[in-house]
Amino acid sequence: MALLVDKHRPRSLDALTYHDELSERLRALAQNGDFPHLLVYGPSGGGKKTRVIATLKELYGPGVDKIKIDARVFQTTSNRKLEFNIVSSIYHLEITPSDVGNYDRVVIQDLLKEVAQTQQVDQSAKQKFKVVVINEADHLTRDAQAALRRTMEKYSPNMRLILLANSTSNIIAPIRSRTLLVRVAAPSEEEICQVLESVGAAEKLKHVDALNKRIAQESGRNLRRALLMFEAVYAQNENINANTLIPPPDWEALIAQIADEIIQEHTPAKILQIREKMYDLLSHCIPASTIIKTLAFKLVPKISVNLKSEVIKWSAFYDHRIRMGSKVIFHLEAFVAKVMRMLERQA
Amino acid sequence: MASFFDIRARKDAAASAGASKAGGKQENARIQPWVEKYRPKTLSDVTAQDHAISVLKRTLQSSNLPHMLFYGPPGTGKTSTILALAKELYGPELFHTRVLELNASDERGISIVREKVKDFARQHLSNPPAGPAGIEYRKKYPVPPFKIIILDEADSMTQDAQSALRRTMETYSKITRFCLVCNYVTRIIDPLASRCSKFRFKGLDKANAGKRLEEIAQLEKVELEDGAVDALVRCSDGDLRKAITFLQSSARLVGALQTAGDGPDAMDIDVPRKAVTVRIVEEIAGVVSGDVIDRLLQAMQSKSKGRAFESVNTIVEDIAADGWSATQILQQLYDKLVFDETISDSCKNLIVMVFSESDKRLVDGADEHLTILDLTLRISDILQSNG
Repeated sequence: MALLVDKHRPRSLDALTYHDELSERLRALAQNGDFPHLLVYGPSGGGKKTRVIATLKELYGPGVDKIKIDARVFQTTSNRKLEFNIVSSIYHLEITPSDVGNYDRVVIQDLLKEVAQTQQVDQSAKQKFKVVVINEADHLTRDAQAALRRTMEKYSPNMRLILLANSTSNIIAPIRSRTLLVRVAAPSEEEICQVLESVGAAEKLKHVDALNKRIAQESGRNLRRALLMFEAVYAQNENINANTLIPPPDWEALIAQIADEIIQEHTPAKILQIREKMYDLLSHCIPASTIIKTLAFKLVPKISVNLKSEVIKWSAFYDHRIRMGSKVIFHLEAFVAKVMRMLERQA
Repeated sequence: MASFFDIRARKDAAASAGASKAGGKQENARIQPWVEKYRPKTLSDVTAQDHAISVLKRTLQSSNLPHMLFYGPPGTGKTSTILALAKELYGPELFHTRVLELNASDERGISIVREKVKDFARQHLSNPPAGPAGIEYRKKYPVPPFKIIILDEADSMTQDAQSALRRTMETYSKITRFCLVCNYVTRIIDPLASRCSKFRFKGLDKANAGKRLEEIAQLEKVELEDGAVDALVRCSDGDLRKAITFLQSSARLVGALQTAGDGPDAMDIDVPRKAVTVRIVEEIAGVVSGDVIDRLLQAMQSKSKGRAFESVNTIVEDIAADGWSATQILQQLYDKLVFDETISDSCKNLIVMVFSESDKRLVDGADEHLTILDLTLRISDILQSNG
């Protein structure tokens, strides 16, 4: 039994529900035969991947649906062996080079060159080139991105790249100048409501307009999240009405609790208690930057106007520290202590 | 031997030789990126780098070449220049044996410098075909008695690899010339830089870039709306490659949308051929629409502190959800604020500090939403306390 998200994922460009102009543009590009390198960016849950898969289907026909997973072994210059998973069909390849951390350059160089130097085997294929989809392109190291530069130009007759990223900030300028930028914005709340409605209808679930609206609001314009919440609500409750509680994820509830504690009491003893909760969150694989961001946005509505921008300032500061440093708990605690200090001084 | 120095006669001969080959490549050229298609074929085709080109042309005539270091921002024609030079020097037949091109997509650690580069540097020179054909060939191309090693994107070479080059460059200087191409000359170690004659490639100015873009548009039969060229140049700040890619992408979009739109609603379009508009260019370049920036600026300048926070917060949330790139927002806000006459200079000083810090954070990969929110709130504070 698949999740609703996967079950109702649109498979072709026709089935996509929002950003019609963008879908039309992708279709035009795919049909034109002159397909550029793409850099698709936008917030998560906005439908980047879905659009890319649909575009591939438009390019090659149903053949792209037959995928297999290969485990390949690469050897670095220092003779370390790296295992790496590749999802591929006969027309395209999908890789997530950030899986191998700092060695992504080796993978990029070896793999792309190999692909680029072989021609499409299938003579009846619609396109002469293969497509390589690179997930999480914004996590590629500088080295790996530099390695892409010339490869993109040199081998463009045999290969096209589609890079997927959350933002273009971490993509070096030479890559940006070689690709066609495609921005996929998050769906608006109405669009999420429409999707929820159609999914609900397909699943024969009771339709409650107000609940859908609330889910859309809670999801923060993230469609994947909205669908997951939608499914959770319907799985947990027998009777659905407009006031059915939408359970927030555990981690979010815990962070909200931390925010309350910070506001109530400003003592070292409290920091110690919060530390335990932080460790709890971290051990459940919640990324530190998500924690600090959520915490800041939970704190902001509860404090006086003068402190709001201060809290944001320090959260941005410590978020940067988290990125640069190696031990995240220091920075999380420092942020907590800083906020307590600010509240104390004001009182 | 007299015609050896007659560069024009040679060039004409080379052009006629090249033309006969072009027919078979037509199919391939259609799907070629325009950046490659319109890469300058000869030195005189290179746009707007007069100084470097005139010096290089002179070296072409004297057929002696120093080691060279090309540096400058991306898309200004560094790689194109050296490739064009090499082609003019050697012609098609000797190009492969006399020129080694290495770039960051090739493995370039110290071991490669020691083996591949050294081996190539050490090789004997290949000669043009013997007999009358060779003499003919020599008439067309100078074929100077040395090979060229092009190290593209040399600033991404490690320090070790660079220092391994030092002695190699000197030892084989009789039969090999090096050409280093990079964006940042500061990343090339001093001993290497001092062995090369440096050529700075400056960013393209508006007029030259615009002219080249119009030429290409004409050759490709792309209709450009008034102001589209300006928009292309503006969005690419002096990077011609970027501008050409943008042009091609927008041409694709326009052309593609046209064929797709031939259905029932095709009647609505009065214009027979759609032109590339400013909006399409900006959309492709990822430029944030002025409307969003204006709203953000307005929110930042609101007088009451509480209201400023609320309105800035909602707008930034929308920006994050719409997926606008944070660096792009940063850039556009910066352009607006720094050239705003109503803000005092001391205020601008403080604001620029904030920009610098935020930019560093973004480059380091900090959360975009938080960083932009922090940036806007701090600027808003500065504007309030000084305004």
